[in-house]
Amino acid sequence: MVEYRIDRHSGVATYVQIVQQTKQALRLGLLQPGDRLPTAREVVEATAINPNTVLKAYRELEREGLVEARRGLGTFVRRSLGTAPADSPLRTELEAWAERARAAGLERDDVAALFTAVLDTHFQGDPS
Amino acid sequence: MSSDAALRADALGKRFGRRENWALRDCSFRLPTGRVCAVVGPNGAGKSTLLALAAGLTAPTEGSVTVLGTTPAAARPRVGFVAQDKPLYPQLTVAETLRMGADLNPEHWDAAVAEEVVAGGDLNPKARIRSLSGGQRTRVALALAVGKRPELLLLDEPMADLDPLARHELMGTLMAQAAQYGTTIVMSSHVVAELEDSCDHLLLVGGGRIRLAGEIDELLAAHLRVAGAADATGLGAHTVVESKVTGRQLTALIRPAGPLSGEWRAFAPSLDELILAHLRNPGAPALPERSAA
Repeated sequence: MVEYRIDRHSGVATYVQIVQQTKQALRLGLLQPGDRLPTAREVVEATAINPNTVLKAYRELEREGLVEARRGLGTFVRRSLGTAPADSPLRTELEAWAERARAAGLERDDVAALFTAVLDTHFQGDPS
Repeated sequence: MSSDAALRADALGKRFGRRENWALRDCSFRLPTGRVCAVVGPNGAGKSTLLALAAGLTAPTEGSVTVLGTTPAAARPRVGFVAQDKPLYPQLTVAETLRMGADLNPEHWDAAVAEEVVAGGDLNPKARIRSLSGGQRTRVALALAVGKRPELLLLDEPMADLDPLARHELMGTLMAQAAQYGTTIVMSSHVVAELEDSCDHLLLVGGGRIRLAGEIDELLAAHLRVAGAADATGLGAHTVVESKVTGRQLTALIRPAGPLSGEWRAFAPSLDELILAHLRNPGAPALPERSAA
């Protein structure tokens, strides 16, 4: 069973924190297929957050195929998560891009600003 | 139809005394059942008046308020109300007060949750109410209201005299009630941070009027914080709630009517920013819930 920790100053939406912490528990093997997630009542009693926030997070996890709701029984883990591949082609491309940016004379903050701007353009409206 | 509304106000107004001293006016909104609603506003904005009208403690001067599909008086057995001053019988003990709650609500008294609320405070059941601190009295008042297992809980500044630990614990108890029984909860505060994580609906009251009403997510999505050069154009097409020029930069909180021109950088506002911008600019148009009728 996972216990969620809500950080209200993190700037990350509360339901996203629950999604992220569930995924983290899946990656670390703290949650495994067949395990039950805490009920909305259990989560809100411990964290004092709104019940709909928990349900929204669980719906998101369900949409991603990680958990399934069984009526009257609870929400259960369907599959676990592998770690993000460190050698994916996307990462290789990004590495090469960062090298070119540095060679072009950009500083760390310049690169960060550029990257954030592009991120904002392409992921507009997505939860951060 | 109002059958699925826990609370509904139509052109509700309340005047105290004969003069033009309106505590609340032109107040129209609809709160669906099962929501946890924050009533936010500065001191003297009309929050307590609104809750007292919903609880049926005072009658409207004009307009009407509908509670659980009926009048406030008829709904009273299904409503739990905790007033700001937490009225209790000072000569009774804690245990006697809870017994009174059980006697007054013979059909649906939840002794377990009432005792849980009181037990969290380390209260001696034999202590008389008059000997309790403000925070302890709040516990007993909340125990009475929650133990009634109401369909609608009206709480006026429920957390004001509680320490942070008790606040978190009792807010957790309230959220558990909402999760398990679908209880609609309406609670007022002038501290937004206190309610932000627990509430999904907002009623912003300022100067005796409703400034914002609706789902918090929708209200946030309807607004943008924008920044651009002071001489940039194109904001006129949108509703500008607040704008400020600092040197060469203009920042504003707007309700966009369509896409923004490329001259502006846009950010999602926080709930705090949204509320403060509306309270600082009483002239800005209010945003009532779309389907108020």
